[in-house]
Amino acid sequence: MPDLSFAFAQSLSGLTAAMFLFLIAAGLSLIFGVLRVLNFAHGTFYMLGAYSAYQIVQWLGTGPITFWIAALGAATGVALLGGIVERFLFQRLYGKEELYQLLFTYALVLILSDVAKIIWGTQQKSVSRPPGLTGAVSVFGARIPDYNLFIILLGPAIALGFWYVLQRTRVGRFIRAAALDRETLGALGVNVKALYTGVFMLASFLGGLGGALISPMRAIVPGMDTEVIVEAFVVVVIGGLGSFWGTFLGALIYGQVLSFGILFFPRFSIFSIFALMAAVLIIRPWGLLGRPLK
Amino acid sequence: MKRLGSRWPVLVLIAAFFVPALGSRYYTFLANDVVIWALFATSLNLLVGYTGLVSFGHAAYFGIGAYTTGLLMKKIGVPFLLAFPAAGLLAGLFALVFGFFCVRLTRIYFAMLTLAFAQIVWAICFKWNEVTGGEQGMPEIPYPDFAWLERVATAAPFLSYRTSEYFYFLTLLMVALCLWLLRRIVGSPFGRMLTTIRENPERAEFIGVNVRRYELGAFVIAGAFAGLAGGLFGIFNRGVFPDFAYWTKSSEVLIMTLLGGMGTFFGPALGALVLLWLNQQIVSYTQYWPLILGTILVVLLFVFPGGIAGAALGLWRRLSRRPASA
Amino acid sequence: MLEVRELRKSFDGFQAVGGVSFSVPRGSVSAIIGPNGAGKTTLFNLITGHLRPDAGSVSFKGREVTGIAPHDLCRLGMGRSFQRTNIFPQLTVYENVQAAYVSHRGRGWSLFERVERLFREEAESVLASVGLLDKAGEIAGFLSHGNQKQLELGIALALEPEILLLDEPTAGMSAQETRESIQLIERIARERGLTLLFTEHDMEVVFAISQRITVLHQGRVIADGAPDDVRRHPEVRRVYLGERR
Repeated sequence: MPDLSFAFAQSLSGLTAAMFLFLIAAGLSLIFGVLRVLNFAHGTFYMLGAYSAYQIVQWLGTGPITFWIAALGAATGVALLGGIVERFLFQRLYGKEELYQLLFTYALVLILSDVAKIIWGTQQKSVSRPPGLTGAVSVFGARIPDYNLFIILLGPAIALGFWYVLQRTRVGRFIRAAALDRETLGALGVNVKALYTGVFMLASFLGGLGGALISPMRAIVPGMDTEVIVEAFVVVVIGGLGSFWGTFLGALIYGQVLSFGILFFPRFSIFSIFALMAAVLIIRPWGLLGRPLK
Repeated sequence: MKRLGSRWPVLVLIAAFFVPALGSRYYTFLANDVVIWALFATSLNLLVGYTGLVSFGHAAYFGIGAYTTGLLMKKIGVPFLLAFPAAGLLAGLFALVFGFFCVRLTRIYFAMLTLAFAQIVWAICFKWNEVTGGEQGMPEIPYPDFAWLERVATAAPFLSYRTSEYFYFLTLLMVALCLWLLRRIVGSPFGRMLTTIRENPERAEFIGVNVRRYELGAFVIAGAFAGLAGGLFGIFNRGVFPDFAYWTKSSEVLIMTLLGGMGTFFGPALGALVLLWLNQQIVSYTQYWPLILGTILVVLLFVFPGGIAGAALGLWRRLSRRPASA
Repeated sequence: MLEVRELRKSFDGFQAVGGVSFSVPRGSVSAIIGPNGAGKTTLFNLITGHLRPDAGSVSFKGREVTGIAPHDLCRLGMGRSFQRTNIFPQLTVYENVQAAYVSHRGRGWSLFERVERLFREEAESVLASVGLLDKAGEIAGFLSHGNQKQLELGIALALEPEILLLDEPTAGMSAQETRESIQLIERIARERGLTLLFTEHDMEVVFAISQRITVLHQGRVIADGAPDDVRRHPEVRRVYLGERR
């Protein structure tokens, strides 16, 4: 019978994983909620965020704030890429069948992941933790790295910040309106096209940020995009496609199921994740906190 | 749907039989690959092109078929003529169970659930070491027993071929049979009902079509034929591996279907031919095949959504209309 | 033949249909009229199974059919056309009508026979009666609006219905087209002994051919009876004043 501090440590590691997934899945959910598209390339933006952070660190060398500049720089770069892709390519597909839009995002995965291979090769890359967060603390008897703790606290902070933007600002109101009824919004004189580009950029920023922040914890390798996108799908389905807090909840559940699953039923952990996804879709397709689509 | 002379598929089939005579193992290998994927892609098109259902998990049935035939032939020694239909049967059965839940959902939720089920199949194949060999898969699937054919060949030397070539002929026959069946189904009243669902599901309901039941029917048939393709592929590939069911395989076959053209029966087969041939050509020059594939896909989506067959048909129609407008 | 009792339906708090009752006698020609937003299409959707009512019941030929799936209702003998043309755009005109026969006559699950000639005579006969035989080989999506409406009628007829529900059959038509269309519908209904229930905006049409008129306003019935009675009904006049077409 594993003791409590061990269980707590497992739970914390699940929580860390969850916060990363939340960052990525939030962007995915945002794009789906507003643009009604499932963006396969979101995982690739995450991967590009990681690679870009690595690259910026290589350029700037070590220093007290290098890592943070790299993270924000990488996220911004990915956001810009997202904006260009959306504005010049994706917009042309809006009237067409959903299948074409989905396949386009998949084509992006193919193209961008090879571009990453061309630029950075196939050897795994890594980024060291930022100075100041290299140690570890003891929480309730469990030892957790400072950096993990930082991520665990950052997740809800970003979630709250996001919630504030969506609920209390004008832009947020437009975003929520676009998610409900884009035609009316356009008729009211709002530049819906620009809004879409903005939303896509914001979502890509989050994805890229997730990738940049995870770089000290995981090896940056090709294939991390296809791995993470399926995880993000699961989170978004469980929480509810298009629901913001649903994504948060979904990420939490996913993180805990995975970390305890690996502990108790290692052979079934992957299976149980997808079984959970299927179960949610069968019983309550719009997820825990989503709204039934018309 | 216009047919440019209804006998041409038979001609292609006969021509295909002569590929080994060209003497190159490479061509036979490629042709064998194309023929199997042609069946896989055509089975998916029953869902996507004819019924309008986009599935992201079609590889699940491919994988189930491959493991079924592989297991039966390797571990139990069942002859091919039983193991092969078993692949279709078991895949169809899974399609029945999975499909029952999938058809109750629409559009993106449908696609997500097909994906989830495919990943479940993959996860089971990946982890169930005792039965499926786990991550390592099942290498060394035996060829069907061609001893009788070899005995005939000693008397008639022109029938003497390598085992892999005998298997190629067998594949050709099986796939031709399957495609013939699928063609009949597509041209049947059932097939017509499927197209009404694709065109206008609401109206289809109001001509008495129980949309869910027909969609399930299409799902099962598509799954069964994908399973048959998988059964052949396991042997051809000399091994069955979990990635047969992984979602990226589903997207490969989806792209093939789109490339060839979802609007015609033989479009997906054409897509299989073009894609696999291109792949072989490009891979010998550069490792960046995904980049090329992605670019082709983008061009397709923006310029030729009807795929190669769609573009060709459009051109044919425009050319054949000119004299009439004079 | 068709009886509707206390049907109610609300959408997110907005009551589209609030307690509607009426009955349609066999062989009659009945109309439902009312200004825009009165709930006519919602009512049709409730009767034909596209929507589930919150309360109330529908019975057809004496059977309780509330909330039955549209495909089952079809088999019982109810045919319907739609306000926004609802056909199978990439199929030909012939195939559109043939599909209805294939489904209705129960051959939909036949997997191996060829479909081209199935029910050919029946389909062509229906096309002839709606005046589309010469266009049989054309792609339905390319037809003019008026022709598509004729096709709609043809598809509904192919279902060999006993009652025909037509939702705004002359919407978007010119005066000439409207007249021809209504003549056609009336003739077919008479020839085949169909019961007809339709909704319309064009008052001329309604008063010309209906034997019974039900007037809806804001989801409720405000008048129900013979055309002359309805014409003189004070509330109907009030509701329609200023809304003349």
